[in-house]
Amino acid sequence: MSTSRRDPDEALILALRGTLSPDGPHDGAGPADGARSASERLAVRAEREGLADILYAPVDTPFGSMLAASTERGLVRLAFPEEPVDSFLQALASRLSPRILRAPGSSLDEVRRELDEYFAGRRREFALDLDWSLIGPFGRRVLRATVEIPYGGHLSYSEVAAEAGSPRGSRAAGNALGSNPIPIVIPCHRVLRTGGALGGYGGGLDRKRWLLELEGASV
Amino acid sequence: MGVSDGPPPFQLFLDTHRDEVWRLLVRSVGPLDAEDCFQETFIAALRAYPRLKDGSNLRAWVLTIAGRKAIDAHRARSRREVPVAEPDALDERAHRPAAERDEELWMAVESLPERQRSAIVLRCVGDMRHRDIAAAMGCSENAARRSLHEGLSKLRKVVPS
Repeated sequence: MSTSRRDPDEALILALRGTLSPDGPHDGAGPADGARSASERLAVRAEREGLADILYAPVDTPFGSMLAASTERGLVRLAFPEEPVDSFLQALASRLSPRILRAPGSSLDEVRRELDEYFAGRRREFALDLDWSLIGPFGRRVLRATVEIPYGGHLSYSEVAAEAGSPRGSRAAGNALGSNPIPIVIPCHRVLRTGGALGGYGGGLDRKRWLLELEGASV
Repeated sequence: MGVSDGPPPFQLFLDTHRDEVWRLLVRSVGPLDAEDCFQETFIAALRAYPRLKDGSNLRAWVLTIAGRKAIDAHRARSRREVPVAEPDALDERAHRPAAERDEELWMAVESLPERQRSAIVLRCVGDMRHRDIAAAMGCSENAARRSLHEGLSKLRKVVPS
């Protein structure tokens, strides 16, 4: 294995290594435990020092475990359970910033609390700050109009398009609603076809129906 | 994975490399200082992260940072441990404290070109073989051997042993 010949390179490597002398035995917690808890503490420090541009965490809901992501501006993304973590993170990294960390402890508790209350029927409006940076200019107009639809109410695609300033843009409005990065909180489930048919929903029509029933909408 | 441009999400990078970084640090500075070095390594990585051009060679990059943090920890510790010498009692050149010579050696390592420095840090601090250094640096085994050898040759000129 190790060379016994007096290779000058080896001698220098030994000299360099000789300047480094670890303390004592390495027993105690295994590497996996040490590394895991150290990386959790890292997230705390990164958050404190403002080095994490995006923090994300799973949020339990009646639909299953959803993923929420926040920036310093506010909630930027909420993903349904079927979205894989990797693609959720990759999309945020390429569109906003790669400095994404799993939120330590309680940092997304406000999001959890408001969603819990909403799903329990105890909250009719979200007070969360939102970060709109994943939404383009037309999408912003459409989704801002959507936020104004009251709990239990609904508008049609063409009504929302009109609110957004493009009365003929109901198809474009449908696309903007379909790519809503913060469903539920931006209540795109409250937009229906003229006449009351459900239309589409990024999280599936069963969930759209479920949310409308939760809100007691007369559909 | 669909790594397009830019590095992957930091959390995935951390999950991928944390165990190896941890092992390298425990081996080089011991379990007591490993925690601090681990934090310093990934905080430094996080600071530099947005400036990374792409996600290639992240393993060599982070192991090299870790190796340098380990060296910093040793330097800090040996500075703490150096007894205060009585200046008039010593011929400075002949009796310089060992810690000072170590310091000089590692400063010389710091001044080497990136690939040579990485190869030396991975070899000496990470205790890695040529094959593993090559894998970490994303180059051939021969290229790793060459970087290591060139770096060590330069060091010998600067610091006569």
